[in-house]
Amino acid sequence: MSNIPSDLRYTKSHEWVRRQQNGTVEIGISDHAQSALGDLVFVEVPEAGRALRAGEACAVVESVKAASDVYSPVSGKVIAGNAALASQPELLNQDPYGAGWLFRVQTNSPLDEAALMSAADYAKYLADEAG
Amino acid sequence: MGLKTALHDTHILQGAKIVDFGGWEMPLHYGSQIEEHHAVRRDAGMFDVSHMGVIDLTGDRVRDFLRRVLANDVGRLTIPGKALYSCMLLPGGGVIDDLIVYFISDTWFRVVVNAGTRDKDLAWIRRHAADFAVTVALQQDLAMIAIQGPNAREKTLPLLAPPQRVSARELPPFCAAAFDSWFVARTGYTGEDGFEVMLPAGEAAKTWNALRAQGIQPAGLGARDTLRLEAGMNLYGNDMDEHHHPLESGLAWTVAFEPGDRDFIGRQALENLRGAAADQLVGLVLEERGVLRSHQKVVATAGNAAGGPAGPLTGEVTSGTFSPTMNRSIALARVPRTAALGVQVEIRGKMHAARIVKPPFVRHGKVLIPV
Repeated sequence: MSNIPSDLRYTKSHEWVRRQQNGTVEIGISDHAQSALGDLVFVEVPEAGRALRAGEACAVVESVKAASDVYSPVSGKVIAGNAALASQPELLNQDPYGAGWLFRVQTNSPLDEAALMSAADYAKYLADEAG
Repeated sequence: MGLKTALHDTHILQGAKIVDFGGWEMPLHYGSQIEEHHAVRRDAGMFDVSHMGVIDLTGDRVRDFLRRVLANDVGRLTIPGKALYSCMLLPGGGVIDDLIVYFISDTWFRVVVNAGTRDKDLAWIRRHAADFAVTVALQQDLAMIAIQGPNAREKTLPLLAPPQRVSARELPPFCAAAFDSWFVARTGYTGEDGFEVMLPAGEAAKTWNALRAQGIQPAGLGARDTLRLEAGMNLYGNDMDEHHHPLESGLAWTVAFEPGDRDFIGRQALENLRGAAADQLVGLVLEERGVLRSHQKVVATAGNAAGGPAGPLTGEVTSGTFSPTMNRSIALARVPRTAALGVQVEIRGKMHAARIVKPPFVRHGKVLIPV
């Protein structure tokens, strides 16, 4: 069973979104996603200042097995990418909801709640996906 | 539902992530493919390779038959137990498969072929065996476990009965011994020392668990691929196939043109290509961050003034991965022979610098290519 923290929101493409107190959001990939990818060996995150549209491919996570795009669940401007992942991509395997965060965005509009799932809905989505 | 080896339930119990491989349900890893890789380089790991095809060839003219269907020459095998790596070729020189052949006696050779090509290999072998009155028997009741790593042999030997233990300990590299129902070979696909053990399928689970109790790490196809690529060993279907001949696949060393009167299938085509092949298989080390993958485009410039074509030369990555031992991405790639050593590889639309090197990248735990 993968770990799905209840305080986060999730996408169908397995990103998670954490609303922070200062109006920014933090984004990463779920425990399910890191587990499916296997050992990560290369992570590319967007640079600060980049403008993103919701749904845009903006990061790459690459395991020994395969490369996957990460899509921004929100529109806004990147305020930071997680630089530690360049030298320690394994942080994403070890702590996908903490030290393995990918990037932070200053949003300029409210989150599109319709496109995001609660933890319970994401758990159900994973169960359905597994068939 | 795919085909399952005798160890399938054991893999599930031991937490394997299972994937389809050539129609077989095989372990990809048991948790961390990188840890499994390191276990093989530093200590000992084991792989279920029971999906590979074991074919026994018997008959008075079996040696003549193999001298006809294999590009390497089993005439070189004079000591019983000795193994030889070879390609089996189409008349045009394309590779049907690569295999290991073991010389057991003058009337019995054993061939181990790839899982995904087993059926076409068998058809090809049977078609030609008839002319030599050779009997072809696919051994479907055998399991095969590859135990690899610097401590693999020491950790495996206690499982053998004392007299067999002595023979197995003294096996030279690339040699095998048949013990009753077991067949122990000092061969592998990782660039490390070790054994490949063929045994009755019914004894596989018990043996696997006994090996595990010896501290040998179960390892999956993921680690098998990164290990073989570091060792500069080709993978059939990636690095050579029916549309690519050995001379452009880094396998010229496996083609025995001498003696000149041995008429192996594919010989005439290769004679015509000798010295004339436009491409070669090389190693690549990525100079930047990223991961090389098969089918990425390689762009090179002409490296010598021998009057090669003007303009950029192009090639293709045939196998690419991240090397856990080198902490760098490496690959095998087919590029024009005239390419200069500094090349560019297109990864997701962007060009990245890479360097042509001569494989292997890693052997016996040591990195051979400076990074």
